[in-house]
Amino acid sequence: MSNKKYKKLTPTQQEYQRFAKEREPKRSVLFNIAKAFLVGGTICTIGQGLQMFFVTYFNFTEKTAGNPTVAVLIFASALLTGLGVYDHIAQWGGAGTAVPVTGFANTVTSAAIEHRSEGYVLGVGGNMFKIAGPVIVFGVFSAFVVAIIKIAVQVLGGVK
Amino acid sequence: MEKFIWAFIIGGLICVIGQIMMDVFKLTPAHTMTTLVVAGAVLGGLGLYEPLLEFAGAGASVPISSFGNSLVKGALSEAESTGIVGVLTGIFEVTSAGISAAVIFGFMASLIFRPKG
Repeated sequence: MSNKKYKKLTPTQQEYQRFAKEREPKRSVLFNIAKAFLVGGTICTIGQGLQMFFVTYFNFTEKTAGNPTVAVLIFASALLTGLGVYDHIAQWGGAGTAVPVTGFANTVTSAAIEHRSEGYVLGVGGNMFKIAGPVIVFGVFSAFVVAIIKIAVQVLGGVK
Repeated sequence: MEKFIWAFIIGGLICVIGQIMMDVFKLTPAHTMTTLVVAGAVLGGLGLYEPLLEFAGAGASVPISSFGNSLVKGALSEAESTGIVGVLTGIFEVTSAGISAAVIFGFMASLIFRPKG
């Protein structure tokens, strides 16, 4: 925080701001990155294990096994979110839990549970994609643009 | 066995990129996820995500960036068989499992669990 922000405050408030800043826990970026790497890597390794399980015991190939893997991870994430465990992991893991698909499921599930008191249609149904919605909107739109550009290049440029 | 190691390393690295966006550039988790999805779609369009998937397996397919890649992949493969309209009809083809599972399990969780705290 800059000193400019303090200027409007009374001396007592300024003193408090300094006091509060001293007590604030120092968040180390490097430590956070290490935690994100560890947690994210672990989730992906579990995913890899599931993928191999589907390839070995069901009729999935390396390429198609991604879908059931994602579904299982989402189920696990929804369950852990409902039990209140995922939020504890998320507090420690930061982006390590937000970036994998489990984080996507976590935002959907937690929004659904949180808003159930407002009713199932407007509460659960209306708020479920409150945080996950932007991901879908921008994902779909950018995919649309990319696909159109790629097709245009293929047609006009004759690149196959 | 080395597949697991690469899944761990690449998956971890993508999460590190997300953590840097959140900590250093002060983006919200929603902005971070959106950026990664768009990045995945662009990489998918350039044909760079597929090699990463082959190399790192779940390390590339579990992070949210693969959602963007799958959207492009579905749109392009459907467009190849049905023409330009396929971009619209095929966009959710590959990602159907993820979205359906999130909706179904999320709704079921809201039936069973109560908010905590």
